[in-house]
Amino acid sequence: MTLAASGDESHGPPLVRARGVSVRFGRRSVLDSVDLQVHAGEIVTLVGLNGAGKSTLIRVILGILQPERGTVERAPGLRIGYSPQHVRRDPILPITVRRFLTLGARARSDRLKAALDEVGAGAILDFPLAEISGGEMQRVLLARALLREPGLLVLDEPLSGVDIASQSELYNLIGTLRDRYGCGVLLVSHDLHLVMAASDTVVCLNRHVCCTGRPQAVLRDPEFISLFGPHLSESVAVYQHIHDHRHDALGEPMAIDADAPEPATEPATGAARQP
Amino acid sequence: MMEDFFLRALGGGIGAALAAGPVGCFVVWRNLAYFGTALAHGVLLGVALGLLLRIEPILAVFAVCLLLALCLTLLERQKLVSVDALLGVLAHAVFALGIVIVAFMERLRVDLIGYLFGDILAVGPVDLWLIFGTAALVGAALAWQWRNLLSITVNRDLAAVEGVPVERVRLLLLFLLAAVIAVGMKIVGMLLVVALVIIPAAAARRMAATPEQMAGAATAIGVVSAVGGLYAALWWDIPAGPAIVLVASTIFAGSLLLPVRGQSGRERRGIR
Repeated sequence: MTLAASGDESHGPPLVRARGVSVRFGRRSVLDSVDLQVHAGEIVTLVGLNGAGKSTLIRVILGILQPERGTVERAPGLRIGYSPQHVRRDPILPITVRRFLTLGARARSDRLKAALDEVGAGAILDFPLAEISGGEMQRVLLARALLREPGLLVLDEPLSGVDIASQSELYNLIGTLRDRYGCGVLLVSHDLHLVMAASDTVVCLNRHVCCTGRPQAVLRDPEFISLFGPHLSESVAVYQHIHDHRHDALGEPMAIDADAPEPATEPATGAARQP
Repeated sequence: MMEDFFLRALGGGIGAALAAGPVGCFVVWRNLAYFGTALAHGVLLGVALGLLLRIEPILAVFAVCLLLALCLTLLERQKLVSVDALLGVLAHAVFALGIVIVAFMERLRVDLIGYLFGDILAVGPVDLWLIFGTAALVGAALAWQWRNLLSITVNRDLAAVEGVPVERVRLLLLFLLAAVIAVGMKIVGMLLVVALVIIPAAAARRMAATPEQMAGAATAIGVVSAVGGLYAALWWDIPAGPAIVLVASTIFAGSLLLPVRGQSGRERRGIR
């Protein structure tokens, strides 16, 4: 058994499935036989400390990096929208947000505007890319990913550079986009509070998969607690308790099962641990 | 009255500037200035090998530059020595090798100064063909791969996910850079050829609001520099290569006084 939470057959075949992925940089093992899968309509979040191999795993799944061992299967014809962690923006290159967006997918002006509006950044279409803020850049990256009409969104630290006030708003937006387009979302984040509130499946990575499963189950997992410390685990758990709801597109709270894509048929097991 | 050699020099200068302008923009955008300088250090080796093997020097220089670029790309994969240091090692190693081989060929009397500082007034008909052929090739290749080149310049990983063949596009750019250096060395010499590539592009930034405008402006500045430098050389009886570079540098200095285009009001408002 690989993943308890997302192994549910009601999802159909996964959009992407990594099996036994191992990567070495020189003599250092960065990933050690990692399994991961993402289904349509599912938000899978990779958590882990710095150097846990989160970005490396993402690069393997995207096909940018060839693993030393293991395989990555993608659903046929799967289109991936990707938002990298850092995009260098040097003012020596005169390029506007509009131009940046069309580098990913050729699109007419109204579609570009609509995509930016959707991520709440409609006003900056003709701004130079080098001038917008970190938070605006994250939204622009999200818009560029959406313009590709992706079956899978891969977002590497989409909240980096975003001020705290906007973080939960942006996180809610990711959930909204998932609901609207039915795409799978693979997310890297180190902000456990937000992760736990909105993910369907959490994969805790520390070169190997420590534990994986529903957020609540992962929180109680001894390996997770030993990695992040009991204090953090508890504080997140408390937070999760009071945020036992989701937000609709306008940010209004709503019951967690109102339109949750996953039925409550989830096996009530704890987090599945890797052997 | 226009002498033939002067007309050929004008043609050579303009042709080299046409090729160098847009490629120079990518050199500036992708921080390849030192990379280009390293490639240019292979010029003497190329010239020497060309004379030994009886190949047209421009073609031999192009081959050596391309080989150097590929070596650097491969060596970059080892992580111990930084790319910066690696460029320094390789550049000076091939430069030294070039000088040694040239020294062995005393009988062939290589015009060392001509290759170091350029000899635009010695541009022959074959050179002209090669220069304009290169300019046409560079223009066509850039037009063909412009979007992909821009895409990998902004972000490699994003480009890769979106289906751009990143490695091939990158190699194409190195190929073009090697070609520009090979023809540029004939005009301004190996020590100044990178100036012909970088300075017009850097000067063009403030005049451009889009990448295409910047490439166009860089090309125009290069052409103006080539023509202006040649006439200055003729008028004051100074070396032509350095004169061309000085005209370009003056334009760059002047461009610093211009307001930056491609900037919204936001940043300027912030300053006030």
